[in-house]
Amino acid sequence: MTCLTQTLANGLQIIAEVYPDAYTLGIGFFVRAGSRDEPDELAGVSHFLEHMAFKGTPNMSAAEVNLAFDRIGAAYNAVTSEDVTAYFAAVLPEYQDAACRLLAELMQPTLPPDEFAREKQVILEEIRMYLDEPPYGADDLCQAKFFAGHPLGRSVLGSQESVAGISADRMRDYHRRRYASNNMVLAAAGKVDFESLVRQAEVLCGDWESEDVDRVLHPLEPAFGSEVCVKPASSNEYIVQLSEGPSGHNAERYAARLLADVVGDDSGSRLFWEFIDTGRADSASLSYSSHEDAGVFALTLSCEADRCAANMKRLREIIRNLEDNGITEDELQRAKRKVCTSIVLASERPRNRLFNIGQRWLLYHSYQNVKERLEALEAVTVADVNRVIQRYPLSCHATVAAGPLATLE
Amino acid sequence: MITASEDGTFLHRYSNGLILLAEAMPWVESTAFAVAVPAGSGRDPIDRSGLASLTCEMCLRGAGERDNRRFMSDLESLGVNWHDSVGSDHIRLSGACAADAFPQALGIFADVLRRPRLPRDELENARQGLLQDILSVEDDPADLASRELRRRFFPSPFHRPHEGEADHVRAINWEEVREHYEKHFRPNGTILGVAGKFDWNGLRDQVGELLGDWSASEPCPIAETPQQPIIWHVDYPSQQTHIAVAYPSVPYDHPRYYEAVGTVGVLSGGMSARLFTEVREKRGLCYSVHATYKTRPRMGAVICYSGTTAERAQETLDVLLRELIRLREGVQDAELERLRSQYRTGLVMHQESTSARSGALVHDWHLLGRTRSLREIEERIRGLTTTAINQFLRDHPPRSFTIVMVGPKPLEVPRDVLDANAS
Repeated sequence: MTCLTQTLANGLQIIAEVYPDAYTLGIGFFVRAGSRDEPDELAGVSHFLEHMAFKGTPNMSAAEVNLAFDRIGAAYNAVTSEDVTAYFAAVLPEYQDAACRLLAELMQPTLPPDEFAREKQVILEEIRMYLDEPPYGADDLCQAKFFAGHPLGRSVLGSQESVAGISADRMRDYHRRRYASNNMVLAAAGKVDFESLVRQAEVLCGDWESEDVDRVLHPLEPAFGSEVCVKPASSNEYIVQLSEGPSGHNAERYAARLLADVVGDDSGSRLFWEFIDTGRADSASLSYSSHEDAGVFALTLSCEADRCAANMKRLREIIRNLEDNGITEDELQRAKRKVCTSIVLASERPRNRLFNIGQRWLLYHSYQNVKERLEALEAVTVADVNRVIQRYPLSCHATVAAGPLATLE
Repeated sequence: MITASEDGTFLHRYSNGLILLAEAMPWVESTAFAVAVPAGSGRDPIDRSGLASLTCEMCLRGAGERDNRRFMSDLESLGVNWHDSVGSDHIRLSGACAADAFPQALGIFADVLRRPRLPRDELENARQGLLQDILSVEDDPADLASRELRRRFFPSPFHRPHEGEADHVRAINWEEVREHYEKHFRPNGTILGVAGKFDWNGLRDQVGELLGDWSASEPCPIAETPQQPIIWHVDYPSQQTHIAVAYPSVPYDHPRYYEAVGTVGVLSGGMSARLFTEVREKRGLCYSVHATYKTRPRMGAVICYSGTTAERAQETLDVLLRELIRLREGVQDAELERLRSQYRTGLVMHQESTSARSGALVHDWHLLGRTRSLREIEERIRGLTTTAINQFLRDHPPRSFTIVMVGPKPLEVPRDVLDANAS
């Protein structure tokens, strides 16, 4: 396996992890544009733009784009987060050129008015779909509360009101600034012909313009406290709790990842034994995610409403115990085995590797192969994890609950 | 009997009826397994819906020399990624790990099959967990639509929710769990599939040592009663109306199975497929719309889903049903061509996942009594023609729709669809 990189004259970066023995390849454009880059009145524009990318380009109509991807048998999609919008396809090696050409088309959307109006309805349906699903928007509310004015507090989807107010002109302007050639990465993994990829990128993307584009990074000043949104028809109470973790630049992120597993993996973790094994809750988990300027631990718990008060008390005790006594060597070793196995299994598929490579290169300009990633996890000690517990206490959190209860106490 | 085919698949049938299937994928570093035991929810007594799920949960609370905690921590120390699930026919355990840890992992799961501790003092915890699962379906209207559709469309016993009914689960006692285990956990009818990196002789011998002396027992018959098509609304205070539609198709072992999945691909394979194009792309009615092929022994089904804001739900239902009726007019060459490309990619991607392959081996054996190589599937897909698909559609036109709507108000089912249901 080899990692190859190249930067075009207009600043477009290309990175590929090449395995000659792979059967397929994953390829995608990663754009440094996400909900954190949006002004208030355009909340949701990054995600709406991601949809519009498929709705017409200088050379193709929306229907032609869908037909062309399906004709080469691509498994393709796009996804928007707070930090990145990614467009990707997994294909057989003979379709590398075709997939690259189609993905490059998507980067130049024309935003036809009829498609724009129709797709806005689709987005509004997507927002309503999530409002129907547990935790009924409590995750977005908690994010807004915890990040307290920090750009990472924005909902990726935006609100029904903000999306309704977005115009094609404002979207075009946002696209021109954020989809600049020096603000994106073309990444590939698997059986990649790198020379051909670079040649093709020069032809297809060489005349894209660069921009004086920036992202405002802020130190996180989180807000704590709790809030309840009453959802009378629900039978369970759904709780989301956010607390601070190390950022994506911080080497402590490996310890944070293992800590999340020790406390909140879906089997064998502290939350599992306390809540799932005993049947006290329907689900309980802790996950860790990182951004350029912040990291976050997300704890979720869902249980029958009348068990909620007792469960919240147990949760506080688990966290107190963790902060007083730390984790054990045995817990750390088991967490390492689980996390490393899942990384190895996932990396058998090139399309899974694509995301690690593209996103990390775009945001941090760094590359790590699977072996290096496993070594970094293996090197974590109990003392490292316990230091993360002290520096980023899970007991300092913002909480939002959705369900039948009027109060959590 | 041992067979090893040229495409790297192996079969061994033990004298007690246990089937071992394996597919070598020497280019990977992992080994995956799936084991299906004939103890699924279809075997639940009529007043004990949920017994199979509760039994599965209890079997995983310690086995052989390991108690609940030791069982979990030993699997974690080996780095096994594992799951359990309950279907109508089977309780299914599956997992994947580094190839060198696999023999030990297999030993632990053999204990689950043969020597579960079924700890009496943990029954209440297991029951509470299952009751939480049942309850949580009610909180998601899309899940609720899917459960209610299954209840109305499939014949008994496949119509039951696998997680069971709350009242039944509350009434189950420990003796009933033990009885379900003793009656239905047996080697004849159990299928073990392995894929990835392994040594075939070593694997066959190890499975023989672990499970070869497991005693066979008589299978209990499953009673089936047919279901009538039905249109049903569940009143629910949701933002969207969640629409689920099912109609009958041919089963997995039917000679025209490939034509049947071809028709579903035309409806829902890729973003240029008919449902996505007509419901979402041309009209912007929804975010999510799709159709999938499902199979049970002796019957197949096409299940469709969409969710739309209440005011626009009627149009979504109308367009969705019209597309199902329009399918009777046949499919085009270009549609089939795109489908073939998608299948080709999908089949190659299967070769990248040991878990996908071990699961497919077990699934094929259960429903076909044999496994299919990726090459065989590719040849069948290549051999599909629009003529054959269109003849299939004349012989098996979409009709006899079961329709479930979960949302604030019921929708009207168009007259011609009701007529089609009768025709």
